Amino acid sequence: MIDKQVDSLITAVSDIFDGATVMIGGFGEAGSPIELIHALIDLGAKNLTVVNNNTGSGHVGLAALIENGQVAKMICSYPRTVGSMVFPELYQSGKIELELVPQGTLAERIRSGGAGIPAFYTATSVGTPLAEGKEQRHFDGHDYVMEYGLKADFALIKCKQADRYGNLIYNKTARNFAPIMAMAANTTIVQAESLVKAGEIDAENVVTPGIFVDRIVTITNPAQESKLIAEGRVYP
Amino acid sequence: MAKRAALDIPNGSYVNLGIGIPEKVAQYVPEGREVIYHTENGLLGMGSVPASGDEDPELINAGKKAVTAIPGAAFFHHADSFSMIRGQHLDICVLGAMQVSEQGDLANWSTGEPDAIPAVGGAMDLVAGVKTIYVITQHCTKGGVSKLVESCTYPLTGKKVVNRIYTDLAVIDVTPAGFQIVELAPSVYFEYVQQRTAGQLLPEK
Repeated sequence: MIDKQVDSLITAVSDIFDGATVMIGGFGEAGSPIELIHALIDLGAKNLTVVNNNTGSGHVGLAALIENGQVAKMICSYPRTVGSMVFPELYQSGKIELELVPQGTLAERIRSGGAGIPAFYTATSVGTPLAEGKEQRHFDGHDYVMEYGLKADFALIKCKQADRYGNLIYNKTARNFAPIMAMAANTTIVQAESLVKAGEIDAENVVTPGIFVDRIVTITNPAQESKLIAEGRVYP
Repeated sequence: MAKRAALDIPNGSYVNLGIGIPEKVAQYVPEGREVIYHTENGLLGMGSVPASGDEDPELINAGKKAVTAIPGAAFFHHADSFSMIRGQHLDICVLGAMQVSEQGDLANWSTGEPDAIPAVGGAMDLVAGVKTIYVITQHCTKGGVSKLVESCTYPLTGKKVVNRIYTDLAVIDVTPAGFQIVELAPSVYFEYVQQRTAGQLLPEK
């Protein structure tokens, strides 16, 4: 019988190795898998390349992972969110690398990585500093920049509901990068607010089909980043 | 400026509003027009700001502020959201600017200072993909320097992308001949605007 449930957070993340590339879902706090990130902090894997739209806020979740010295490089579109001070400080002192990618290019690179497409051309960033040094081509009278598909060793994502096959549905704008990261990672680890019987999620409504998912941990009441920050929480 | 830009949003348009003053455009769209708002983090059919206490941290806009979804709204992942943008499905995007050039080049994401932390978000995707790009900006910086320029000195967001500019002094189209005044703000004269514009400015037709 296929059953992708695992019984603890630490078991779920236990094989994340030093130097791994880890995609982490979320747009700001919406969709951020805080419990899985904290488990990765407990595990202590270092020298990670992390893909996320932002760089976290306060001293919990992604910001705490960075603050704990586990991240060598961030691939993101917007590292300067309100309340994000950990990344800016490390970046300015040269202690963390940044690959800045336009948000849509980031999404398409992840989607392509998951779809077996090694590279593609886009009009985004043509004529800007972010196109410098990249291959360009002309199609139908317009210039395009070549961008590479992006894959990862692991993805950490959050969803609202899962079944044992790994079929997932999400909650509103917390969906953001999760479905495409699930496709682009070798091992996709999910924290689900609830686990339901196979068939309870209508097949017409499945957002992420189970083939893209490897492990599921049920976290019934996930922490809210902004609430933790308001309470002055620091992890670990 | 937001009020004036709102008049140019036609009934039935799909629109993306940038963070800040562009967001205000939604409240001034004339009654009787139905406009669908897209927010690039994954919602088509964004509604107004929720009442205090009704905020949902998982229902936010691109500026990470709490919003609502209208009946008939749709949620989707980032690759779909940016396919709407990059695949030229959105009609209008309204953005802020640091500089706009005579050719329609836009700079709005970085001053290019060496110690600045670069952050681009979806701006480059929006200007490259949305059919019509409107810019809302003060005509000059706080120091009195024109934001409308012959060519941008800040790093570009996109080349030849801006269609129309709404400033505190005028509505201006970007044309092959230069900045074309469409309309002057009440009690503002052409010469006054020209003195404050660092590019070729053509009078109202």
